[in-house]
Amino acid sequence: MTTELLTLITYFVLAIFVGIEVISKVPTILHTPLMSGTNAIHGIILVGALIIAGDAHTPTGYVLGFVAVVLATTNVVGGFVVTDRMLEMFRGRQRPAGTEETR
Amino acid sequence: MSSLLLQALYLVAAALFILGMRGLSSPKGARRGNWISAVGMVIALLTTVANLLLLHKFTSLGAALAVAGVLIGAVVGTVGARRVHMTAMPQMVALFNGVGGGAAALVAVYELTFILGAHPPVAASFPSVFSIVVGGVSFAGSMMAFAKLQELMTGTPITYPGQQVVNGLVALAIVALSVYLIGFADSPIAFSGLLVLALALGVAFVLPIGGADMPVVISLLNAFTGLAVAASGFILDNFALIVAGTLVGASGTLLTLLMSQAMGRSIANVLFAAVGSPVAGAGAAAGAEGRSVRTGLADDIGTMLAYSRRVIIVPGYGLAVAQAQHVVRELADLLEKKGVQVDYAIHPVAGRMPGHMNVLLAEANVPYESLKEMDEINDEFKSTDVVLVVGANDVVNPAARNSPGSPIYGMPILNVDQAHNIVFLKRSMRPGFAGIDNELLYDPKTIMLFGDAKDSLARLVAAVKAA
Repeated sequence: MTTELLTLITYFVLAIFVGIEVISKVPTILHTPLMSGTNAIHGIILVGALIIAGDAHTPTGYVLGFVAVVLATTNVVGGFVVTDRMLEMFRGRQRPAGTEETR
Repeated sequence: MSSLLLQALYLVAAALFILGMRGLSSPKGARRGNWISAVGMVIALLTTVANLLLLHKFTSLGAALAVAGVLIGAVVGTVGARRVHMTAMPQMVALFNGVGGGAAALVAVYELTFILGAHPPVAASFPSVFSIVVGGVSFAGSMMAFAKLQELMTGTPITYPGQQVVNGLVALAIVALSVYLIGFADSPIAFSGLLVLALALGVAFVLPIGGADMPVVISLLNAFTGLAVAASGFILDNFALIVAGTLVGASGTLLTLLMSQAMGRSIANVLFAAVGSPVAGAGAAAGAEGRSVRTGLADDIGTMLAYSRRVIIVPGYGLAVAQAQHVVRELADLLEKKGVQVDYAIHPVAGRMPGHMNVLLAEANVPYESLKEMDEINDEFKSTDVVLVVGANDVVNPAARNSPGSPIYGMPILNVDQAHNIVFLKRSMRPGFAGIDNELLYDPKTIMLFGDAKDSLARLVAAVKAA
């Protein structure tokens, strides 16, 4: 095992703890947006897709790169937009006018 | 771009992802949290593109394809996310998750075919194989989940004798092929066979899982995609992929456990027990033969509601399917104007995903202060005049408390049975997702109002107006 590999494994292990710690206090009502929000974050595979698109120089390579870029971009853009749409609705709202007086 | 600057920018992106996820843990900071993550994503992507351009990596065809790919993906993603109805949210999340898993698998296939050569070191071939298998399972499984929830196919579990054995054999074949490929393969093309097997396992694994359990599956597959992305990071030696992928893998695993906990079941039970099979439903329903329920008229129920002091509304998936969230708010507003105290009791798994019902009601401008979580409101049912159960069933079924043999035994439920009067708005006597009969429907305190939830609520609105 090389030091470089061990460094990568270190990132991996620390990220596991952070990932668990960060969401352990999320209230149930935010589970759906949270799932959707983290779903957008793994769209970072677009970085990998762009790297292979940049490396491609054969027909098969171009096809793989292109399809991977399309799929990954859909994941990123769709993920963030759909999460934002859900959360847009979570703003606190005033109760309908007149409610307080009649109660 | 110097390697130092590249790493520093990836580090900024990773920190923003963590801050963003933390923001998502409170209703106030959630939307900003999502934006913070998005900014992190833009930084990571621009950094990558700038680095590739400075290194003159792209051929002109490669660059054109990458631009075209990003444009197509952006349009598809935006249109899909903007157009989807709030009720169809779970399958949309499944779809976006699946394409991410597919992308991760393709990146790994490319690496094995074009970069690593005939005998890659284990440190590179292991994560590649992992990414292909897990990404492939996530892609195919998510597409199945989408098809089931979108009702392109039946939502009930599809089972056949020996199913677990067949699935086990496919999994075993994957392990065997993986070991062979990592240890001895000299033709990179052989890795494509692995992708085919992984896709088959994804389909086979989701087939026996019922529609009600799909959110747990989607959450699990979300974690899978995260791990596949992290594995891709190991192949590409990329910090951003490893950290972001692992964050999602770890948080997604925890979220999956929290979700199955909210249903009072173990994750193994959700994934392998095929709960919601027609067989289980038929057996339980037989016990209810020949019993009668009390049906009511909308006018009478409307009058009863209008003269109550306290009403609690229990919304379920039936409300979502009927798109009745706006009418239910209209009814609640009307009752509040008459001086009735109205709250909504939200079961953790109401709708099709935890928190799904909150999103649907928020869409209809219901203030989130009126949305009460189960623990908050469960003691208040006994002092409630009328509980209006709209399209919910399993989450109010006392069998979860009283009959140890029941498939839902142990699931926390709303104490609707303690209220003075219970009104069920239901399409029919059909049991809920779990496929079991509900004693509460036959309770003398219960009145049934059959029909589409939206129509029934509209009739109640008219009746309350007249009362």
